[in-house]
Order: sequence, then C-alpha cells, then structure tokens
Amino acid sequence: MAEWLLDGTLGLLLLGLAGGALLAPSLYAGILLFMAFGLVLALVWARLGAPDLALAEAAIGAGLTGVLLFAALARQEQAEAAATERRPLLAAALVVLPLAILLLQGLVPSLALAPDLPDSIRSHLPDSGVSHPVTAVLLNFRAWDTLLELAVLLLALLGARQLGPARFAVAAPWPLLQAWSRLLAPLLVLTGGYLLWRGSHAPGGAFQGGALFAAALVLLRLAGLLPALRWSSWPLRLVLLIGLLLFLAVAAGTAWLGAGWLSYPPAWAGALILAIETAAILSIAFTLSLLVIGEEPPG
Amino acid sequence: MSATLFYLGIGAALWLLGLFGLLGLRDTLRRIIAVNLMGSGVFLVLIALAARVTPTDPLLQALVVTGLVVAISATALALRLGGAARGRRGG
Repeated sequence: MAEWLLDGTLGLLLLGLAGGALLAPSLYAGILLFMAFGLVLALVWARLGAPDLALAEAAIGAGLTGVLLFAALARQEQAEAAATERRPLLAAALVVLPLAILLLQGLVPSLALAPDLPDSIRSHLPDSGVSHPVTAVLLNFRAWDTLLELAVLLLALLGARQLGPARFAVAAPWPLLQAWSRLLAPLLVLTGGYLLWRGSHAPGGAFQGGALFAAALVLLRLAGLLPALRWSSWPLRLVLLIGLLLFLAVAAGTAWLGAGWLSYPPAWAGALILAIETAAILSIAFTLSLLVIGEEPPG
Repeated sequence: MSATLFYLGIGAALWLLGLFGLLGLRDTLRRIIAVNLMGSGVFLVLIALAARVTPTDPLLQALVVTGLVVAISATALALRLGGAARGRRGG
C-alpha cells in the first residue's frame, strides 16, 4: 500500500510538472517546473533500482539543463508573450490521442518477455575487469557506444562553436554565492573523484563524476572565481580531446596487438578501464561546462 | 510487475505529452523542453523494462546513462541554434 502511494505520487508529480513546464503562462515558471521535473525523475530512477541514473540525472537533468535554459532565457531580448493559440493545441491533441492507443498496445506485451542478456552479462562479469555490471557494460561489453558518445559530445561542442561566441553574461557575483562556491566546489570535485573510483564496484562512474566536475566548473564561473575558458589555449583543447584520443588509442592497440577492436585482455582490463574513465571524466567535464557557459570571445 | 507497468504507462504518457508540446507550441524554448520531455519518457520506458527482472538489467541502464549525456549535449546545441535563428530573424 505504501509503495503504491509512493509510486502514484511520483508518477502524478512527473506528469503534472511536465504539463506545467509546457503550459505555464510564463516561460520562467516553465523552466523552474522543468528543473523540478528533473529532480523528481532522479527520485524515480532511485525507486526503480537505477542509482547510477539517479546520480547522473540529479547533476545533469536538474542542474546543468536548468543553467542552460536560464542562460537561453536571459539571451532572449524580450521574453515572447506566451501566445498559446488554441487551434494548434487541439490539432496536436488529435494526433497524439490515437498514437497513445497504438503505443500502449505495442509496449505492454514487451513486459512479458524475459531477456536473456542480464544472465549473459553476469556470467562474463569476472572477465570484465570491474565488478559493477553497469560499468562493465559501458566500458567493456559495449565500449563502442561509449566511444561514439564521446565523439557525439565533441561534435555538439564543435557545432555550438560554429555559431559564434555564446554571450554568456556573468552578472556581478553576489558575495554569498562566492563564499558558498569556495566551499562547494572542492566538495563537488572530491565527490566526483570518489564516484569515478567507486564506479568499478558500485554505482558511479565517469559520466556521473564528469557531470559533478562540470557543475563545479559552472558554479565557479558563475561566482566569478574562474577565469574565462579560452578555446585558443592548447591545454584546454588537449583536455577536450584526451578522452576520445585515449579511447581510440586503446581501441587501435587492442585491434592491432590483441584479440580485436576494443576487446581488452582480461589481466589488463581493470587498469585500462580506469585509465579510459579518468581521461573521459576530464573531457566530459570540460565539454559540458563549455557547452553550458560558452567561452570568452578572443580579445 | 504492476509497478513496472505503471511506470511504463507514465513513460509513454510523458513521451506523448512531449510530442503534444512539440506539435502545438510555438516558442523555441518550450519546444526544446518538449523534446527533452519526450527523451525522458523514452528513458522511463527503458528503465521500467529494465526493472522487470531482478536484479535490474544493467544493459538498459547503461544505455540510458549514455542517453542522458547525449540528451544534454543535444539540448545545448539546440539552444544555441535557436538563439542563432532568433538573431537571424532580427528579433
């Protein structure tokens, strides 16, 4: 009974906050509701037994997305009056309702299928070099996905750069924010590093840690304690690339000398995964924070 | 099993709500929020499916961890594109 109460509350909150984010009269309120949606979603991940996701969602979904959206809102010169017209909404509802029936008809039978992949993952776990199954999937069994994901992050950053400087205006920092961020940023970096180390045997890993690092960087930038990141400095470019480069080097090395593309020798797997994760956490942190706060135009 | 079914339904509803917003709303920022809601709906369906076995299916969880990071980078790029388009229109 108590479980149903929790599930029902979380589910209704999710739908209510999502509807509010779309339809709230002021855009400012919509963005706030969307951030709250991210936090409730993090709770839902924890409820559904996915603590890795809860960690990542709390940092990314609620924190960084919120900063991104508010920065975009500040860049809009005059917030467009929410002229919610009735006709397009009605038309959209007419499209969505029949889709709902089709979707549920398709989804519900998939609940009854029993997947055999979890067993196969569990049986190969001892050879993977780590003891946490999610990390094993991310960095060993499906390392290809993670490699391409780092490439996607880099492509998004390059695409954003093509559009010119982001004009991320930092207002005069507020003394309380400065004092707090001096305290919070080291804690965030410490927690991020701990998550990275913990990822080999428990929930955590490069993505969660990288998101926390990025949050620390954004916080310090907002408090005016960090000098603007400049694309022209080569250490920054190296940090942005190092995750992908090291991953590619390992992939090429295993293809050339070892058993094949990205199949690590079992004795080395743990060390290789830790090295890749350490490089990836730096790249993820700096790419995300550059995407969020942009870089200073040269000059 | 019933909690799984419940969250599967919520995930599908979120996806549809996002689609509704994407089709029916005009403002760029709201449309980007709507696409994000659609993404969250897909993630919720995946994780609900991951929770149908105990212990939870790690493959689907790993896919969603990847998806979260891709979603925020896509959002950042979309917001920049939206800003550039607004600048072009001269608003």
